[in-house]
Amino acid sequence: MGSLRPGLAAPEPRPFLMNVPRKTTSVGIVVFPGSCDEQDAARAVRRTPGLEPRFLWHADGDLGGVDAVIVPGGFSYGDYLRAGAIARFAPMMDQVARFAAGGGPVLGICNGFQVLCEAGLLPGALLPNTSLRFVCRQVDVLVEHPRCAFTAECDPGESLSLPVKHGFGRWYAPGQQLDELERKGQLVLRYAPGQNPNGSARDVAGVMNEGGNVLGLMPHPEHAVDELNGSADASRLFGSLAATLGAASPVAA
Amino acid sequence: MRVRVLIRPKEGILDPQGQAVERALPALGYEGVSNVHVGRMVELDVPGDGDVPARVAEMCEKLLANPLIESYEVEPLRDG
Repeated sequence: MGSLRPGLAAPEPRPFLMNVPRKTTSVGIVVFPGSCDEQDAARAVRRTPGLEPRFLWHADGDLGGVDAVIVPGGFSYGDYLRAGAIARFAPMMDQVARFAAGGGPVLGICNGFQVLCEAGLLPGALLPNTSLRFVCRQVDVLVEHPRCAFTAECDPGESLSLPVKHGFGRWYAPGQQLDELERKGQLVLRYAPGQNPNGSARDVAGVMNEGGNVLGLMPHPEHAVDELNGSADASRLFGSLAATLGAASPVAA
Repeated sequence: MRVRVLIRPKEGILDPQGQAVERALPALGYEGVSNVHVGRMVELDVPGDGDVPARVAEMCEKLLANPLIESYEVEPLRDG
């Protein structure tokens, strides 16, 4: 936890969970000014057997040896100019880009997806919802391709119930690029027919890079790991990450 | 040099903001207005002179605009 800025509170110590023997595989969660889903992301990681979260302050330049990175949701830097436009220049994002280039698993959720697109780690860009309204609802998302670090354990066509909450979620890529992404199987997640909440191209909910180690999605898996919140389906995605990390040989830094 | 940058959604990209404004105009009696697009304006004082527009265009490519979805125009205003 050395990279936590003083004053940025770590999650409250939980007496019982804290006594669990130290796990070996850690997932870094990047915290920007304006992030708001980092605690849920940490909770989702903590609930995944074998994984342990660690917060990474955006202004630090050290990943601290984490095995995977989550860029969480929120409104980094107030979303000024364009969502994610300023966050991509944070020192930590240089490290994330290097980590991703070396094959390290990186997950961008909502605002994190916008940041990864702006940073060029993922194709496309995110535009205002067609409705011009902020949408907040549960949607069904279909796993089109399991060939991704975060969907490896899913079945093709598997349906996951996940919440969306965003105003700028209309993923867009030019037509020719879309065909290519489709052909290469990079359009990993799609909204179920009739449930596209934002007007994204080809109902895309999540897209990955060519290597399959970087995934960005608008729905929020970190809010769907407990039946108490209406769905625990996203445990499949975090479980996939755990499996990927368990199976992979140590990632060279 | 004072520079103004106009940023707008690229042609062919659905612009629901522009459409909403277009639909509101007839209600005020302005019939037949079409092709409405809503963009963003950035004004900056940039040190130097001759090469300023080129440098601002560079800033647009890297930060002020997202060239995938937005087009931009750099317009030098006056010495500031």
